[in-house]
Amino acid sequence: MQEYGDIRELRHDKDTESLNLAFWPSSVPLQQRWRNNGLSADFLGDYVTTFFPLDENDPATRNRRAEIQGAVAFIANELLENAMKFHDHSLPEPITLHLNLEKERITLRETNGTDNATAERFQAFIEHVRESDPDTLYMETLENSATSGNTSGLGYLTMINDYGAELAWRFETLPSGGCRVTTQVTIQI
Amino acid sequence: MSTLSGEGYSVEFHDSDECVAISGTLRLGGLSEYAPLMDLLIQAMQQCRTLTLDLRELEFLNSSGIAALSKFVIRARDHDGCHLVIRGSSAVPWQGKSLNNLKRLMPSLELHFE
Repeated sequence: MQEYGDIRELRHDKDTESLNLAFWPSSVPLQQRWRNNGLSADFLGDYVTTFFPLDENDPATRNRRAEIQGAVAFIANELLENAMKFHDHSLPEPITLHLNLEKERITLRETNGTDNATAERFQAFIEHVRESDPDTLYMETLENSATSGNTSGLGYLTMINDYGAELAWRFETLPSGGCRVTTQVTIQI
Repeated sequence: MSTLSGEGYSVEFHDSDECVAISGTLRLGGLSEYAPLMDLLIQAMQQCRTLTLDLRELEFLNSSGIAALSKFVIRARDHDGCHLVIRGSSAVPWQGKSLNNLKRLMPSLELHFE
């Protein structure tokens, strides 16, 4: 097992709200699944708004609610899109997405299965992110996408740069071969 | 007028106003799926002295869309004689976060939030 950053023990007490999604992508064609990414992401974004009530006398509550809703929907959508792209359907692993809402932070944790070569390429990307200045790397990736068409990792870099998210990863070897990849995204609220 | 639309989004190029308005929710799968939008934007850029991109009604854009928009801004930066204006909305949270990066790619870009 290998970890990058801190994959925390998630709380499940009375001060914590959580939601779990799990699915087997091979059961429906990718095009239809892609549509579901958006529906699931919007649902998670809408769901958390319940916990940020509006105060009509305080316009800041509306902005804060919209910010959190937008952040959760963006992050959930990117995690699901990446999971769809890199999941290995031959592995006996579902794609899962877990949302944990605590008083001071929201955690989104996604898992999927990949083959070992994909996992190694992803680890190389993670190491590059961890040793780079995120802002510089973000702008370089935008420039590179224009010339090479390669946008890989832009979703993670956007989470870090634009949403102040903290990312962590875990790679576990599966008994059946391949690898379970966990991506954890935390935003402070 | 040229238009483009799909599930949840629409794009309209009004050549008389030199304006492309993009609205809705855009989360296409990768840069290749954004190619028709890129073609429309590049065609608009070649026809207009000052091109306005009206994004005020664009509520959601995935990272592939951010990449596509950045790619277009870089094309506009490198295209002589194109003045680019982007209108965003401060009520749409992603815009306040991500549109400023476009200004960094193209300092002459006029970015207005309403």
